[in-house]
Amino acid sequence: MGILEVRNVNKRFGGLQALGDVNLSIEENSVHAIIGPNGAGKSTLLNVLIGKLIPDTGSVMFDSQSVLGRKPFEICQMGISRVFQTPEIFGDLTVLENMMIPIFAKRDGAFRMHALESTAHEAGIIEQAEAMLESLNMADQRHDHSAAMSRGNKRRLEIGMCLAQNPRLLLLDEPTAGMARADTNNTIDLLKQINDERDITIAIIEHDMHVVFSLAERITVLAQGSPLVEGTPDYIKGHPKVREAYLGESAVGETA
Amino acid sequence: MFGLGKHDLKILIIVAILALLAPFILNPFPADSAMAQFNAGYPDLMQRFAIYGIFAIGFNILFGLTGYLSFGHAAFLGVGSYAAVWMFKLLSMNVLPAILLSVIVAGLFALLIGFISLRRSGIYFSILTLAFAQMSFNLAYSVLTPLTNGETGLQVYNDDPQILMGPNSSTVTNLFGLEMRSTYTLHIGSWNFDFAVGYYLCALIMLAMFYLSIRIFRSPFGMMLRAVKSNQTRMNYTGLNARPYTLAAFVISGMYAGLAGGLLASMDPLAGAERMQWTASGEVVLMTILGGAGTLIGPVLGSGFIKYFENIFSKINENVLHEWFSFLPQGLENIMVWMVSPFVGSGWHLTLGMLFMLIVIFLPGGLVQGGQKIMHLFRRDRPEDDKPGAARQSTPAE
Repeated sequence: MGILEVRNVNKRFGGLQALGDVNLSIEENSVHAIIGPNGAGKSTLLNVLIGKLIPDTGSVMFDSQSVLGRKPFEICQMGISRVFQTPEIFGDLTVLENMMIPIFAKRDGAFRMHALESTAHEAGIIEQAEAMLESLNMADQRHDHSAAMSRGNKRRLEIGMCLAQNPRLLLLDEPTAGMARADTNNTIDLLKQINDERDITIAIIEHDMHVVFSLAERITVLAQGSPLVEGTPDYIKGHPKVREAYLGESAVGETA
Repeated sequence: MFGLGKHDLKILIIVAILALLAPFILNPFPADSAMAQFNAGYPDLMQRFAIYGIFAIGFNILFGLTGYLSFGHAAFLGVGSYAAVWMFKLLSMNVLPAILLSVIVAGLFALLIGFISLRRSGIYFSILTLAFAQMSFNLAYSVLTPLTNGETGLQVYNDDPQILMGPNSSTVTNLFGLEMRSTYTLHIGSWNFDFAVGYYLCALIMLAMFYLSIRIFRSPFGMMLRAVKSNQTRMNYTGLNARPYTLAAFVISGMYAGLAGGLLASMDPLAGAERMQWTASGEVVLMTILGGAGTLIGPVLGSGFIKYFENIFSKINENVLHEWFSFLPQGLENIMVWMVSPFVGSGWHLTLGMLFMLIVIFLPGGLVQGGQKIMHLFRRDRPEDDKPGAARQSTPAE
């Protein structure tokens, strides 16, 4: 059984069947990509996975526990971290403070009234945050205002903030959308490195085929709200249905 | 020292010096000079500086850190005042139980209002708090007359129980016999400096509250509150529950307001419904923004600034203006008086409004930003000094 199990999920918005009978199993410690043309239901599926939308039918189990109806902070405390399409960081805070917050959350839980302690005396937290920034090559920027960074660096910081909590599952929603090529490649390298170094499952929803085929070990193709095929990148590349539904002629040319 | 960084300690010491030497600092002009009306060093006004300083410091913990703009904080001030006067009526004129109860009652009241209002954010939160405050005002004014004495306001009467009163107990507000109104006046030349017990009690409590607010600002809890303001989505997906953090900030700032209300009643044992009116809630918003929201010292400066204007500028009437401009020829004197008079006396709001606009437009960071700009001008001569400044740029400043 996979770490994340989606069973018979249906979701309807009025007359539109956004998700129809979705079954999906994400293996522990794999990199699993979910791709599909616009309107295939990728975002809806992601919102179901993180508890933002409750499906009409079906179940979503993370490590044999249902995620449905839970609040985002509860899902995060279960061990699922999410990276957003536009990087969501604490723009008013410094890079180091950004990194400290998830470490506090991991240590102290969803709420703790630590109003009379001093942040400056939290040597353990600061040390962990600096080590994380070091591994992201961002140590020099630790006192910078995080809102002033480039998009690529914001993405790097956001991924680092997720990793600082040692999640078991990292969900990425189009992590390279709107990025320059160099930043995209940096992000791919970072994700590869994370996958090599850690026991972590990565689920990635992506448009950019370059990203998908450089990272994914397994790919699910979604079309019109339902999984069309699932398999290894090579299998997906060669699959006639996928080529027809999604990849178009360029992929045919590439594999030939 | 005190668990503060060097920078914060410096700010605390500056505020402590300002507060403790206020009778001197605010009385720069000799008592018989024409400028004496600009002296603010009389106990009544200094007490208000300290009390409204506490109110604004507390408001800043909510608004400055979390960004939740409450438009109903005067309700907590009013509730605190009523609670304090009830203590005077039931127990004795000792201010200690009065102040304690005002903080507790305001905290409970803030818990209730915050629990409901914090279900929404942004403008909806502001409107909800405003609605609650106006409801409280109207309740205090009419429906709850047995508790609040309605229009007349709550005060202490001779036939009140006052069960802790002995035959020799003081009949004015006191702290274990030390009367709030007792004042020592120091005469030096033609200067008079007043040292009142009431003022020093308020000032010491204000300093303690200021210290507490620095600790909150620099704590992990304070960092979480800034995270709420910065990005609630990321906060939720980082496994943090924003609601109890904002509620805690709301209750803390409500307790500060209750403390201010209790102190107001301790200086003058009266509580009226008008203390809860929306204009009073708006005033603390102005104080905080004027001084610099989210900064440590800003609310103290802002409240001092506004209270100074309210009490000093409002006293300047046409007679005073005629005196000022008497050196001019008669016609010119009248023209000058006619031009200036709308801005002083009962028109002091006009001056305050214009200053507020100027500050918000040119110094969105409030008076603190103005101070920083001036400091920066001086520092430009010494470029080496820029580096530590740059490193600190994004910590919430002084």
